[in-house]
Amino acid sequence: MTLTAPAVTDERIKPAGLIITLLRRPEVGAAVAALAIFIFFSVSTQAFLTPAGVATWLYSASLFGIMAVAVALLMIGGEFDLSAGAMVGTTGLIVGIVTTEWGVNIWLALVMALAIALAIGAANAFVVMKTGLPSFIVTLATFFILQGVNLAVTKIITGTVSIQGMSAVPGFDAVKVFFGSSFSLFGMDVKISIVWWLAITALATWILLRTRAGNWIFAVGGQITSSRQVGVPVMKVKMGLFMTTAGAGWLVGMLQLFDVSTVQATTGIGQEFIYIICAVVGGCLLTGGYGSAIGAALGALIYGMTLQGIVFAQWDNNWLKAFLGGMLLLAVLVNLYVRRQAGVRS
Amino acid sequence: MTHAEASAAAPILEVQDIGKTYGSILALQGVSASVGVGEVLCVLGDNGAGKSTFIKILSGAHAHTQGKLLAYGIERTFGSPREALDLGIATVYQDLAVVPLMPVWRNFFLGSEVTRGFGPFSQLDVKGMRRITKEELAKMGIDLRDVDQPIGTLSGGERQSVAIARAVYFGAKVVILDEPTSALGVKQAGVVLKYIAQARDRGLGVVFITHNPHHAYPVGDRFLLLKRGTSLGDFKKSEITIEEMTKLMAGGAELDALAHELARS
Repeated sequence: MTLTAPAVTDERIKPAGLIITLLRRPEVGAAVAALAIFIFFSVSTQAFLTPAGVATWLYSASLFGIMAVAVALLMIGGEFDLSAGAMVGTTGLIVGIVTTEWGVNIWLALVMALAIALAIGAANAFVVMKTGLPSFIVTLATFFILQGVNLAVTKIITGTVSIQGMSAVPGFDAVKVFFGSSFSLFGMDVKISIVWWLAITALATWILLRTRAGNWIFAVGGQITSSRQVGVPVMKVKMGLFMTTAGAGWLVGMLQLFDVSTVQATTGIGQEFIYIICAVVGGCLLTGGYGSAIGAALGALIYGMTLQGIVFAQWDNNWLKAFLGGMLLLAVLVNLYVRRQAGVRS
Repeated sequence: MTHAEASAAAPILEVQDIGKTYGSILALQGVSASVGVGEVLCVLGDNGAGKSTFIKILSGAHAHTQGKLLAYGIERTFGSPREALDLGIATVYQDLAVVPLMPVWRNFFLGSEVTRGFGPFSQLDVKGMRRITKEELAKMGIDLRDVDQPIGTLSGGERQSVAIARAVYFGAKVVILDEPTSALGVKQAGVVLKYIAQARDRGLGVVFITHNPHHAYPVGDRFLLLKRGTSLGDFKKSEITIEEMTKLMAGGAELDALAHELARS
């Protein structure tokens, strides 16, 4: 007979040290990195720590952060959504087109866009769950479909590839209060999207760690057959996750539309990987079952700080991509190390 | 409860001359056995002896086609595992139905989480679940200092006993263990056997499926020996020795012939 568990000879587990206990939190690595980057740009550039500077990188981080948190939940649940970026464009375009071209009531347009987004999210989930195909492929298809439809339909209806005259739509200013306003705090001009970002991160963290739904999200991502055996409604959980991601896409679409009063047909394209990178930097495992919403928010913060920090430092903008790649590799290595330290077998 | 009207001495679970056919294939026939309070029934058999079919009937995964199945002295036919579970018959499968990366306490309550509060504001009773997990595991003789560690960090034997403790906590009166020791080393298998004894001492019935007489004999009270879909007999411990059991399982005459064949001339 072979010994299958040679590493542990004692029946009892060694007590976990403080460092290992700390390392078990997925977001610790991202927190350290965020602090380092904050200090680096604060010291090396003039503009980074000014109120205007802080407001700029926080705004940047908030738009990525909302999506990264939703994508993190989905990744913890064991799935990907590559259509998340294109969804931002799709929802913005729907609202933009139906209000400016067809004169639809702006509130109704918001609800329509949300309903369509949720339906697309549900369709993603349905195909993934019914066929058993990897969500990577299914949502890659959705991504291309949305990208094509965004451009083609916008061109057919408006004749151009962007929406004009949005701010003249009746009710625009009323909606802008929720999605495009800003207020003053500590001398900073704080955009409302930052409030959304913080609220969504807090809500997602609460759901993940303190509700049954959160327990189920970890379970379906960690071991789907076990989850089924103990009665977790796997289909419902995954459906909810895909719809949440699509809903987050709608929210960011609205935040952008009502901030700048216009939307391009190419909005959001190419950003789906940034969301995933933010989530991974924040401690999510690509294999599912592990990660954190706070981590993903920190991942987005790192991205936002770097994006604007490089501008403030007047470096070539292309360094951002190189930095992003390096960060991702580092994060994956840290995750691997953490998992080994935490001693998880199999 | 329905079993209250049945005789108190009736075994928790009993099968009489039970059998199962899949189409024209006789998977199991003429098997009789029982398990009572604080009793361990070991089901032994080589590969293809019908052990899996036997478990499937007991756990409610497949309904039997011949004979009788009695729970608390009342005849039953299980249509689904849920029906068996509602009568307190829980099955711990080899893969244990745990999520390795999740903390022990979350695994313990997965699918049956305790919540407080109303509607959308109801949240997990984390403190309570941690405490119960620790207590329930302590009753099984597992002293975890940290129920927050991922269950994947526990040894195979410990994970097995967490699964048993979970079944017991959620109302199991009989625990069916599907080959709990087969993937384990000698030492770990010993740990699991200890937990089986512990469960027995707490008044549970245990159905312990194994192909290893050396694991079954020390802990078992009764032994059901299966071979090629039929019963070789249901023995009390006093009626059989481990040598006889090994011989019966392998088919005594066949083993003698093999020994003769392998012997140096």
